[in-house]
Amino acid sequence: MRQTVGQSGQIYQIFAESEHFPKRLLEIPGVPKSLYVIGALPQDDLPSVAIIGARDCTEYGKHVARHLGQRMAQAGVQVISGMARGIDGISQMAALESKGMSFGVLGCGVDICYPSQNRPLYDLLVQKGGILSEYPPGTAPKANLFPPRNRIVSGLSDVVIVVEAREKSGTLITVDMALEQGRDVYVVPGRITDPLSVGCNRLAKCGAGLFLDADDLLEELWEIHDKKTIKQPKNTRLQEATRVVTACTKEGTKMLFLKPEEEAIWQVLDYYPQSVDEIQKKLPESFRELPVRTILMRMCMEKHAVCVSSGFFCIPGEA
Amino acid sequence: MYCTVFSGALCGVSAYLVSVEVDIDRGLPAFSMVGSLSSEVRESRERVAVALKNVGLDMPPERITVNLSPGDKRKEGTAFDLSIAVGILEALGKIPKGVTKDVLFLGELGLNGELKMARGVLPIVREAAACGMKECIVPKSNVKEGAVIQDIRVRGAEHIRDVIAFLRETDAERREEILPSEYIDIDSLFSDAANEEPDLDFSQVRGQESAKRAAEIAAAGFHNMLLLGPPGAGKSMIAKRIPGILPPLNIEESLEVTTVLSVAGLLGGGETLVTKRPFQSPHHSVSLAALIGGGTNPRPGLVSLSHRGVLFLDELPEFQRVVLDSLRQPIEEHRILISRANGNVIFPCDCMMICAMNPCPCGFYPDRGKCKCSETRVKQYLGKVSGPILDRIDLCVELQPVDPSSLRGDNRSESSAQIRSRIMAARERQRKRFDRTGYRFNSDIEASDMERFCHLGKAEAALMDQLYQSLGLSARAYHRILKVARTIADLEGAEEICEEHLLEAAFFRPTSGLVG
Repeated sequence: MRQTVGQSGQIYQIFAESEHFPKRLLEIPGVPKSLYVIGALPQDDLPSVAIIGARDCTEYGKHVARHLGQRMAQAGVQVISGMARGIDGISQMAALESKGMSFGVLGCGVDICYPSQNRPLYDLLVQKGGILSEYPPGTAPKANLFPPRNRIVSGLSDVVIVVEAREKSGTLITVDMALEQGRDVYVVPGRITDPLSVGCNRLAKCGAGLFLDADDLLEELWEIHDKKTIKQPKNTRLQEATRVVTACTKEGTKMLFLKPEEEAIWQVLDYYPQSVDEIQKKLPESFRELPVRTILMRMCMEKHAVCVSSGFFCIPGEA
Repeated sequence: MYCTVFSGALCGVSAYLVSVEVDIDRGLPAFSMVGSLSSEVRESRERVAVALKNVGLDMPPERITVNLSPGDKRKEGTAFDLSIAVGILEALGKIPKGVTKDVLFLGELGLNGELKMARGVLPIVREAAACGMKECIVPKSNVKEGAVIQDIRVRGAEHIRDVIAFLRETDAERREEILPSEYIDIDSLFSDAANEEPDLDFSQVRGQESAKRAAEIAAAGFHNMLLLGPPGAGKSMIAKRIPGILPPLNIEESLEVTTVLSVAGLLGGGETLVTKRPFQSPHHSVSLAALIGGGTNPRPGLVSLSHRGVLFLDELPEFQRVVLDSLRQPIEEHRILISRANGNVIFPCDCMMICAMNPCPCGFYPDRGKCKCSETRVKQYLGKVSGPILDRIDLCVELQPVDPSSLRGDNRSESSAQIRSRIMAARERQRKRFDRTGYRFNSDIEASDMERFCHLGKAEAALMDQLYQSLGLSARAYHRILKVARTIADLEGAEEICEEHLLEAAFFRPTSGLVG
């Protein structure tokens, strides 16, 4: 399954002329002359999606990114992203943890882990996925290097999914490139009042596909692959995976065995952080007198809730 | 002619007696002063000479020598004026010989002869009483402060003329008329204070239940607290109301607080014992010396001025790092040692530290909708506060922007008096528990005594293990939760710490973003 040219953990350079060079990249304007790689290269005969979005995302974004990463990985879809903080990193981590494939395209040399707090992801990508860059090893991360790498992120994928983006977001550069390259763009819709969903909602208005369900997307992916007449992988993992329907809604993550008072609080919790006082106010009359603070702490302990910063709670977006 | 008159000087918050020795003899006319004097003490001769002239007593053209003993201690301030003037008068024979025996004089002279306020009257009068003096004559504006010491007669004078008249009078009744001795009824003072309603009351704070609860716990166990929240959420409002829910000052505490204020020269408007807990809120540009105290002859800083009360540090990350770091030891030891070339001075600073800050530079984190700060910037902002200071904070609570609907209507919440009664009960439990242990409050408990005072049952210990794992606590954070849980249990009147107490304490723990 792993298509590796060099030895594991070593950096190798692959030129556009090489037979191993990702075919998808040859179709795009501005084909990179060569790629530096650690680990594997994305396989041409497997579908791949780019999951991209804001670095400072909300719990909602984290949750969707995680869900997407998992579902794509389970269906045998390769997850491509920029290994950034937030949506990128979370979706890639989720994919790798679900035993799927993921590839990080960096805006610096492949030997540099940027951002440094994503070191665990970087190490995992080196072992189980791949890290790619068109810049030679040792190139330090610079702002002007990132937009060009975005064309590789979208170029390596069949479909680009935007999870969260502000009105003016770097993610939109990737979207532009994806459209230029003829890739389908999907967005995760959000509430119109959420600044971090404005970018996505705008794109939806302009005609981007709406991501509502992983199954729809997977069907779409197979269609694209059929059209491209790339041989369909023989494994039936995809079919199996699609049968396991887990919706992306809050109920999808619901834990069993909640006590009635925990259940009541859980109903109030959302993907955006709420303070204890707010939660208390939203509880039904009969639960108003509950010691919400202690119950919430217990729920946090059992991972049914998450404390974002002191006193603010939401549904765990990242398990 | 030679004579000795007594005055007093300060060294930190304690005082010592100074004997002012005056000698007047024939020789070239001169007025020289010795005894390790600072320039303002030396300038005293001009003030004394003119003041005496203006009450009609001219200085003779003789050689006047004044020595302030002990001569090796540096003397500062202007409070020696009166004693020097009286000494000269006695040496000249303008007042009867021996009338200044066992009398202490304190006060600055104006050129017209009026007496102006002095610094440190309370500790000096106390020292005079301890040394067996019988009377003190102090400026009128300081007399109520001095009269707190009951075993010495304290008289307040407005003008040197009155002092001279008093010293010349031999009839005890007439003397009393000229300068009546002040008496203060301390018992009624304290009972009045106990019945007084604080003007800043918790009932005025709408909403913010979590923050109010945290304030109650902090006050009950004398824990240091951090308030996080956007601008205008009511951080300062809550902090300012904390002195009002602390138990009222007792007489010893009040004497300590008044002494510090007196030494700092902040009394002098006719105040007597302070009955309200102090509250100090330094601006974040405060200098190191202003905060912890300093100067060649050290004066108390704001930490000491908040002794037995609340030190409120608003906009914590904006304080200079050196200044904040200097608080580490004082907060731990409840006293502050200032070392200077002329010796060491100890000031008390047993205060509750309440800190407040925005959660991020823009103030809206964790509301990602409004907050535009990147995670790195949030971390950087929080990181500006030094770890050792955060280590001394037991409770942390985040306030949310106020809901406008809660501002209308008359849904008044609990009053400070109600909260205070619960806190006093919890304090009483702590007093009994820590009897003869050297501890006073739950916040003082050392890690080594944790097992003794914060014993956990089986289920509770298992819960703590689970919390330790799932919240990724450090050993220090673990102990902090135990201490706070002990206070919560005390507030509820529970002997043993239960799971509910631990969970609530964990809720108020300073989060990982801030500590470790």
